Formats: sequence, structure tokens, C-alpha cells
Amino acid sequence: MNSKKLQFTAHFILWLGVLIMVVPIWIAFASSTHENVDVLTQGMKWSIGDKFFDNYNEVLNRKGGFSKEITATSMFINSFIMAFGIATVKVIISAMSAYAIVYFRFKLATPIFWLIFITLLVPLEVRILPSYQIVSDLNLTNSYTGLVLPLVASATATFFFRQFYKSVPDELLEAAKLDGANSWKFFIDFLLPLSKTMIAAMFIFMFVYGYSQYLWPLIMTTDEKYWTVVMGMKIIFQESYEGGNLPRVSERFSYIILSMIPPVLVVIFLQRWFIKGLIQTEK
Amino acid sequence: MSFLDLENVTKIYPNGTKAVNETSLSITEGELMVFVGPSGCGKSTLLRMIAGLEDITDGEIKLDNKIINKVDPSERDVAMVFQNYALYPHMNVFKNLSYGLKNKGESKEKIEKKVNEVAELLEIKEFLQRKPAQLSGGQRQRVAMGRAIVRNPKAFLFDEPLSNLDAKLRGQVRIEIKKLQKQMGVTSVFVTHDQVEAMTLGDRLAVINEGIIEQVGSPIEVYENPATFFVAEFIGTPQMNFINGKIKSNNFISEGFNCSLNSNINDQNVIFGIRPENLKVSPQGNIQMKVDLIEKLGADSIIYGYDKSNNYICYRENGNTNIKVNNEITLEIEEGKYHLFDKETKKRLN
Repeated sequence: MNSKKLQFTAHFILWLGVLIMVVPIWIAFASSTHENVDVLTQGMKWSIGDKFFDNYNEVLNRKGGFSKEITATSMFINSFIMAFGIATVKVIISAMSAYAIVYFRFKLATPIFWLIFITLLVPLEVRILPSYQIVSDLNLTNSYTGLVLPLVASATATFFFRQFYKSVPDELLEAAKLDGANSWKFFIDFLLPLSKTMIAAMFIFMFVYGYSQYLWPLIMTTDEKYWTVVMGMKIIFQESYEGGNLPRVSERFSYIILSMIPPVLVVIFLQRWFIKGLIQTEK
Repeated sequence: MSFLDLENVTKIYPNGTKAVNETSLSITEGELMVFVGPSGCGKSTLLRMIAGLEDITDGEIKLDNKIINKVDPSERDVAMVFQNYALYPHMNVFKNLSYGLKNKGESKEKIEKKVNEVAELLEIKEFLQRKPAQLSGGQRQRVAMGRAIVRNPKAFLFDEPLSNLDAKLRGQVRIEIKKLQKQMGVTSVFVTHDQVEAMTLGDRLAVINEGIIEQVGSPIEVYENPATFFVAEFIGTPQMNFINGKIKSNNFISEGFNCSLNSNINDQNVIFGIRPENLKVSPQGNIQMKVDLIEKLGADSIIYGYDKSNNYICYRENGNTNIKVNNEITLEIEEGKYHLFDKETKKRLN
């Protein structure tokens, strides 16, 4: 009886959680399939309307921006390049720096680690002006390199990789040494495959981080060619109030739904490794 | 002919701990040498120095007439079996076995041939595609052995490889290791704190205490003629009995009992040692004991009790004993089977 009650409560809470997560997305999706006017006059919708293709087609292919040169599709591509670049380079750099800190016992390893760690206290927003100065001095504004490069150092990922490497038994390194593995081989043949799940998890986090960057691409790019999705969301807002047009509310919802897809795809694609790592420890 | 030589090898850790102190030892080709000692005695450090996993602070290690002090571990031509096996968890058994060969740049066919040979020898052929996590303890042990064998090294180094196995398997694997080692004739060093392993496996033992080799010799030599008090204490279960006393004109005199000796030793303070199986019940005996506890093991019985001066004495009898707790018994010392150690230097006297 008691355990049944407990189970009921547990399930109730879980379902509540699911609803809290799913309902807003459903409302956004349902509203995105109606006529602008309907949503504007009648409020948000629970049911699916008949404007799905019209709205989504319009959002993806209409040229927007000030010079009407950019479409949402190209913004998606930009965002993907930026997020993918940031996530990939972040993972590589953090894995390597953690490797240096854990396995090469040079004198300043610990202070250097803490130095890396305290950069967590200085987020991009705090150092945005000097960062911009450097990037513009390097002539990297309006380029993918400029979008990606200043964001690729990651204290968080370095920390997680460090903790993971520290849990790898020393005997593994010693056995590998006897088997003729040099430091590079040990990294490639052992640490990387062993931290596969870690890499997947970090990649997911960092992809989402890169994808949701707003301020940096905003000040970095003056050329519309390099606009990203999150910036675009604001542009669509702006435009909809201009020139006495009706706000394009349902199209805005379509845009939001579309913008959620890439991170979701990354999670779906990588969760196989992620979950595998959670259920079977390979150490 | 000596094959693996340690000459005045010393290890001092950066924090000043002296783990190994000027140790010299030579191991002949094909011999299985066991380093035995309590935990923290430096036996593993010594082994790891041979493997190249620890720097050598002072002294020289020679393998096959070549000084290997500064040679990279992978080029020393030694293979090591670790306590927790240190199998590569993300590689299957085949890859575990072949990794070293691959790094040596051997051809694919040669690797395959060698791995298959070893797998057959160790009867792990059917597991080649499995990952270590899918193997039992004994199977992992074999893979670890296989990884060492496949490289065809000049020396095998074993770092307590049996301590993770259950008692039954341990006995089994012990026999297998001994057989394999003899069959292949590879010089081996085996580190253990388990004296049964040491006695059964080793061609010779090196009993190590606090970074110093106390005695080197065949298992029986070490058992019957322990060179120091430490060796006498460490080797043998149940432990040797020790009684403090002194020698006066060729008689051993203690509070509990006296006995005459047939060796010529100056009058001095000594520790008198006698193994439990070198005692026997006899009316002419000189040790009187009040039985306190009896352990019946089937094949023999171990009887513990106090002598007149409250020394705890242990006596071993074959078969199932009739002695009961609280009985008073008299024990006789078997002719010449005692050990005398200097009270100060702890060295053997007779």
C-alpha cells in the first residue's frame, strides 16, 4: 500500500514535470500553425490550424533584415556553424589542457588549473569590450573565425575532463607505457575512447551554449550574412512592428519552434553514447 | 648465469622516504624469483624500478648484460602483470593482446598469428572479441598474462597478480603460472605478501623488510634456516614461537623452561625460536603448557596455550588431536630444530 502510494506520488510529480516542459512547446507549435490575425485576436491556440506550410515556408525563405538579404535558413546554417565550431574546438582544447594538467606534473600545474578555473568568474559579457577590441584588431569581425574563436576556451569542460582523467587508474597508463604507448598515443588510444561519453555530454552542453549566444554575434557582425538564429529572433520582432503592419505572431512562433530543432537533433544524435556511458562504466 | 642484476639499487622518494636501500641481487636466466614481504616493505617499488615505472635514485639494474637504468619502459623488453590487471577497458581481448605488438610496428599477419598462439595456450580463444568487463576474474587474469606473454619479453614481472582472485581460483592460477613459467623458461620476478604463494611459486625467495633484503634462498632454505628474526617471524603459519631468554654455558635459560643446546654460542641474551611442528607431546618434555585454544583443521590440529611464564606457545599436531582445552601438557623440542637469534642484531646465531 505504502509503496503504491509512493509510486503514485512519484509518477504524479514526473507527469507534472513533463507537462511543465511540454505544454509551452505545444502551445507555441499549435499557435504557429494558425493565421496571424487569429492568434492576435483570439490569443494562443491549443489546436492545430491549417497554416502550417504557409507559415513555415514564409519564415524559412522570406528575406529579412535591413537589406533584405538574409533568410532564416541561412541564419540556421550560420548558427549551426558557430555552435558546432565552438563545441568541437572547446572539447578538443579542454580535453588536451586537462590532459596536460593531470598527466604532466610540471611545477605550476595546480596554479595553472586554478587560473583556468577562475575564468568561470569572468563570463564573456564582462569582458565583451576587450574581446571585441582584440577580434576587431585581428580583422576577424564578420567572419566565422571571429564568431567561434573567442568562445572556445572552456573552464567548465577542462574541469570535467580533469576530474575524469583523475579517476582513470594509474596502472592503465603504466601498462600502456610498457606496451610502448607514448604520451600522444595514450591520449588518442586511451583517454579519448574512455571519455567518449564525457565528450558527448560536453559536446551537447557546449553546442547549446554556442547556439544560444546572443550578445557576441550581435556586436561581432555588421554584415547580415553572418547573422545567427538567436539574433534573428529579435529582428523578426522588430520588423513586425514596423510600418503599421500586423505583428506576425504565428510566424514568430514557427521561427521559435524551428530554432529549437538543431539542439534537439544534437541531443538525440549523441544521447546513445551519453546513456551508454551512464549505464555501463568502462573503467 | 645471472641475467637480471640489481646492484646497490636505492630508491628515495622526493619526500625523503627511503623505499629501497642499497639492494643487490642477481637472478639467473629462467628463474622465478619471488619478492616477499609485508606491505610497504619496498618490494613493489623494486619491481617497478625494474619495469622502468619508477626512477632509480642510485645503483644499477642490468638485464641481459645491458644497463637499463635510463632505458624507456617500452624498450626494456620486460612485461608486467598488474595487481588489478590494468586491462584496457575499451578494447576487446584481441586488441588488448595486440596493442603492444602494434606499437612495435609488427605486421598484421604476424600479430594475428602470435595472438592466436597465446590465446590458444591460455585457452582464451573464444573470448577474443569480448571486452574485459564481460570476463570473469580468472579470465581477466589470463588476458593479463597473455598480454605479457605475447610480447615475448626477456623478463616477466608480476605485481601481486593473484590478490584479486578468490581463494580457490588463486590456488589454481598459481599452479598455472608456475607451469607456464617453467614451460616458457622466461626469467620472472613475482611480488607478493602471501607467503604460501611465495613458498609454492618461487625457485628462490627474497624476503624484504623496510627496503632491505633480509634473506635470499630457496623456499625450504628460508623456512628451515631463517637468517634473521624477521624472516623467522614472517615465513610460516602458524608463526614460529619466540621465547626471550639467555644462554649460559651452552644452556638456554628462560623463565618458562630451560634446555641444553648442542651448539657453541657465547653467553648472551637471545631469542629462542621453535616452529609449532617441531614440538611434540612427551613426558620428558621441558615446556609445560596450559591449553587455551584448539583449532582443528582436519589434516592437523593447532593447539595454543601458555607456558609457565605466560609466553603464548603454539603447537601443531598431525590429525585430530585428543587434547582438550585447559589440559596441562608437556612439550618436547625436536632435536636441533630450534633457531637462536641475537637479541640486539636480530641475526641468526646457530
